[in-house]
Amino acid sequence: MRALVVAALCATAALAQAAPKVEDSIAQRVQACTGCHGPQGRAASDGYYPRIAGKPAGYLYNQLVGFRDGRRRYALMAGLLAPLSDAYLHEIAEHFAALELPYPPPQPATGSVDALSRGETLVRRGDAALKLPACVQCHGKALMGVAPAVPALIGMPRDYLNAQLGAWRTGSRHAPSPDCMAQVAQRLAPADISALSQWLAAQPVPAGAKPAPGLPEAMPLRCGDLPAEGAR
Amino acid sequence: MTRALVRAALALLTIALLLAALVWWLNTRDEEPLASGGTAASGAADTEQIARGAYLARAGNCMGCHTAQGGVAYAGGRGVPTPFGTIYAPNLTPDAAHGIGAWSPAEFWRALHNGRARDGRLLYPAFPYPNYTRITRADSDALHAYLHSLPAVAQPNRPHELRFPFDQQAALAVWRALYFRPERVTPDASRGADWNRGAYLVEGLGHCNACHASRNALGATSSTLDLAGGLIPVQNWYAPSLTAADEASVAGWDLQHVVDLMRTGVSTRGAVMGPMGEVVGGSTQYLNEPDLRAMATYLKALPPAPSAPAPAPLDASPGRSPDGPGAKLYTDHCVQCHGEQGEGVPGIYPALAGSRAVTMRVSANLVHLVLEGGFPPSTQGNPRPYGMPPFATVLSTDEVAQLLSYVRGSWGNRGAPVSALDVARLR
Repeated sequence: MRALVVAALCATAALAQAAPKVEDSIAQRVQACTGCHGPQGRAASDGYYPRIAGKPAGYLYNQLVGFRDGRRRYALMAGLLAPLSDAYLHEIAEHFAALELPYPPPQPATGSVDALSRGETLVRRGDAALKLPACVQCHGKALMGVAPAVPALIGMPRDYLNAQLGAWRTGSRHAPSPDCMAQVAQRLAPADISALSQWLAAQPVPAGAKPAPGLPEAMPLRCGDLPAEGAR
Repeated sequence: MTRALVRAALALLTIALLLAALVWWLNTRDEEPLASGGTAASGAADTEQIARGAYLARAGNCMGCHTAQGGVAYAGGRGVPTPFGTIYAPNLTPDAAHGIGAWSPAEFWRALHNGRARDGRLLYPAFPYPNYTRITRADSDALHAYLHSLPAVAQPNRPHELRFPFDQQAALAVWRALYFRPERVTPDASRGADWNRGAYLVEGLGHCNACHASRNALGATSSTLDLAGGLIPVQNWYAPSLTAADEASVAGWDLQHVVDLMRTGVSTRGAVMGPMGEVVGGSTQYLNEPDLRAMATYLKALPPAPSAPAPAPLDASPGRSPDGPGAKLYTDHCVQCHGEQGEGVPGIYPALAGSRAVTMRVSANLVHLVLEGGFPPSTQGNPRPYGMPPFATVLSTDEVAQLLSYVRGSWGNRGAPVSALDVARLR
């Protein structure tokens, strides 16, 4: 009896000491990312860390390299990515790009009717007087981005959109030359940025929406971080 | 009266001149005439020499400092922050105007061995010539040949940003007179070849004591033999003692585990993160097995530090009790990977129970890891490392202190608590 009790106690102790179950998977390896970017990369609760799930792999890869190499500035990202190889960053990008997860409902539109209308005009038609191409010309008619490396513009919180357009405008975010988005953002007045982010953040993402496989026409601007990806 | 004054002035002047002469002599001793120092092979480096130079450049991790974030390799521009200001590593590519294209092998050797640039300027010891002075002339020539084989990059050097008087050559001359002496290594006949090769790599090219030793108020380490641990200035990561059994001595490790850690960044005994991750990722993962074994042999044979005083009995501060806030934070954020008993997952998530990295006196690295998270480096042996999330955006300063105090005092760990101030300093 006593032996049995001892055995039972040992078994319990062994159970309590059992190592956590860890699977050898890329999802397990990149838990450092989902801590901020939300479960499986579907965006965090505070609305600032962007969703990464389902974005084009080439776009995600370019951003990872950009943070590591200082073209985008955020100390936590730079520190995390500094020790990682290009090959691993590719794998991480492919992993998050392949996730198909539902999007949350959009933020309610808060802007004036005029602002929302200005935002929609810029998105769909651009502004010839300001030499601004329409967003849809590069980001796709559905604004879900274009494979392999143009990101979606919908499905993101307004704060994040404002921050990125502002960062392009001031030069704290940049891409390999020619830096097409810097050219676009520098032609945007603050009121236009606000109009764009209000309209974009209020658009619902249709179920099952994905990046478009290609564009019907050539892009109006040349972008330095696209050809390298295309040649891959 | 006037005469006495003149005499005193003359005496002072003589002393000043003598001191200046002494500093001058101390700064130029063991310098060879540049003309005589050229090698026969100058201008005709063979591929074998270049390949050896490439290997040695890895062993010295030259690229680590001489490459800016996202910049061209060896084109310089990375800032090394010091308490005296920031030193910018210069361009090492063979560009004639901005790089070292015009440097002869003898001039390159003088920089490594004597810490003097081609134009005669004294170099700042952020370039670790107190270590590189131990490099052999043949290895210096191979490094020179390799660097001259790189594509030239016309990237101008960024001037250092140092405060007065540290920006003065005279101040540097005095510093060198006090703390720098050119050295030539003679093998220790009482030790084996492995040990001697390890000593050459660890004390010379590897410049391990640049981080793993403490520095005095003027930024000098005491000797290349000192590996007793030090807080890296400005970065405030702690490079643990390689001689203390309660820090990072490897005297009790299997030699193979030391080799694994340097080659892959992970071993059954733990993983490297932070600045040491940079060293493994940029340098030691490229070293061959015999050299890694030699370094491990040398490190295992380091004279042990006197054993630390027995740890104080564990205090019963409320943060450390099994049902206190630290325990709750651990359950919420850490248990999933590090386990209920801090046992970790072998080879993937480090055990926290019984870990010297957790319990050692200086807690700075733990604070960095919890706030910033991190990955061990991608290496050939561990290309896809598992990562730890940053908690800077999730946990308050007090919470980090509670969590770490709990981890340092649980499962048999006997580490002192971490205060909110310890955390705030690094935040």
